[in-house]
Amino acid sequence: MTEDKLNAKTPINDLTIGGNIYTAGNAKEFKTGDWRSITPVFKPELCKQCGLCFPVCPDDAIPVGKDLKRGDFDYDACKGCGVCAKVCPFKAIEMK
Amino acid sequence: MGIRERLSGNEAAAIAMKQINPDVVAAFPITPSTEIPQYFSSFVSNGQVDTEFVAVESEHSAMSACIGAESAGARAMTATSANGLSLMWEMIYIASSLRLPIVMSLVNRAVSGPLNIHNDHSDAMGVRDAGWIMLFSESNQEAYDNLLMAHRIAEHKDVQLPLMVCQDGFITSHSIENIELLEDDVVKNFVGKYKPEHYLLNDKEPIAVGPLDLQAYLFEHKAQQAEAMKNAKKVIAEVSEEFAKISGRKYEFFEKYKLDDAELVVVCMNSTAGTTKAAIDELRAQGVKVGLLKIRMFRPFPAEEVAEALKNAKAVAVLDKADSLNGCGGALFEDVVSGMYVSNIHVPTVNYVYGIGGRDTTVTDIKSVYTDLSEIVSSGNLNNPYRYLGLRK
Repeated sequence: MTEDKLNAKTPINDLTIGGNIYTAGNAKEFKTGDWRSITPVFKPELCKQCGLCFPVCPDDAIPVGKDLKRGDFDYDACKGCGVCAKVCPFKAIEMK
Repeated sequence: MGIRERLSGNEAAAIAMKQINPDVVAAFPITPSTEIPQYFSSFVSNGQVDTEFVAVESEHSAMSACIGAESAGARAMTATSANGLSLMWEMIYIASSLRLPIVMSLVNRAVSGPLNIHNDHSDAMGVRDAGWIMLFSESNQEAYDNLLMAHRIAEHKDVQLPLMVCQDGFITSHSIENIELLEDDVVKNFVGKYKPEHYLLNDKEPIAVGPLDLQAYLFEHKAQQAEAMKNAKKVIAEVSEEFAKISGRKYEFFEKYKLDDAELVVVCMNSTAGTTKAAIDELRAQGVKVGLLKIRMFRPFPAEEVAEALKNAKAVAVLDKADSLNGCGGALFEDVVSGMYVSNIHVPTVNYVYGIGGRDTTVTDIKSVYTDLSEIVSSGNLNNPYRYLGLRK
């Protein structure tokens, strides 16, 4: 099956029945960041890498490196809930 | 050859299920279909089947369990009636849209309210647009035979739709009739093993069933269901043909009883066909050219074939055992007349809503319909095509 290539232009006869998906691990291909209405902006100059923001992100949209330091937001996943900005003690995340 | 027995309609359905030996049966008891899971659970307890019987807490759960089982790759069956089917309603659509060939015995009963436990077809008519194949059965024998054919039809790769076999609550479900059963091994060979191409418990192919299906997809998936429903006609014909070879009983989309030269025709479903045949025999003895078209396959609806079969009639009465409460006629009536109109066949046709809530419909009642048809023919007058039969006035 080539259903991993199915998209909004696939003709009816090439679609699987019932919308079944015959491959695993494809949730990452579904970009949900465009649901966002407000956007967190990361200000690295204010960040102390305290580690409070990424555990509270419901969408795992704050990447953390092997050095345990956070990077910039993954805007393909972030829905702009603002929880990270709320927990940041250093105003290093601004909602815009 | 077959085994001569005498069974109620519910027993016949339960025995068909025993011979089919499905992987899962999930059901919740409701009158008048209660006996089906009751008999079947005794087969489970006695070790006569290999089935996992799930005694669920509601019909919504019964259909949900069937959906889960069938998605997993199992063959699942259930039985219900009336308000039980109403409670399944949400899952009825899930089953068909996920293309799961679940098979259900629907023992037709009035959907409350006010509360009524007796037979009419309001339960079946409530799901007529739900994407299930619907076969109707005049007798215990037909309920049994339709069930034996059900999986072959539903599971066919060109179909993959759920299927319900209807029979009339109490009238056939609780009446003991002569019946001819097939031997267990004949049924086993005919029904065969269920081998789905994709299923959840296949560890070599992890799949997702029932994902989000928004504007870009649902339209196409519904059209695929419609296509499968059209394909079902051919498959039903083929399976019925094959069934005739092992049973000697041949089933068409509909049965024609003294129809070929009939001038006055009644169209109906389920047990009322038997009453109509008795009325026809009496009227034919008096030289009146009357006939019956008994729908077996209600979904998909054989619109063209029905229209063709009715084209030489002088007047037609379509009997609906459920009122659509739409101010213009019952569901079967609408299907029949729209089929005729589209085929450019114009025969005076009237609708009778009858037998609601288990109201008896007698040979005398059916004869009065033929008398009405005869008056329509002689007067050329067809006023009020939306009528009642047996309503107290």
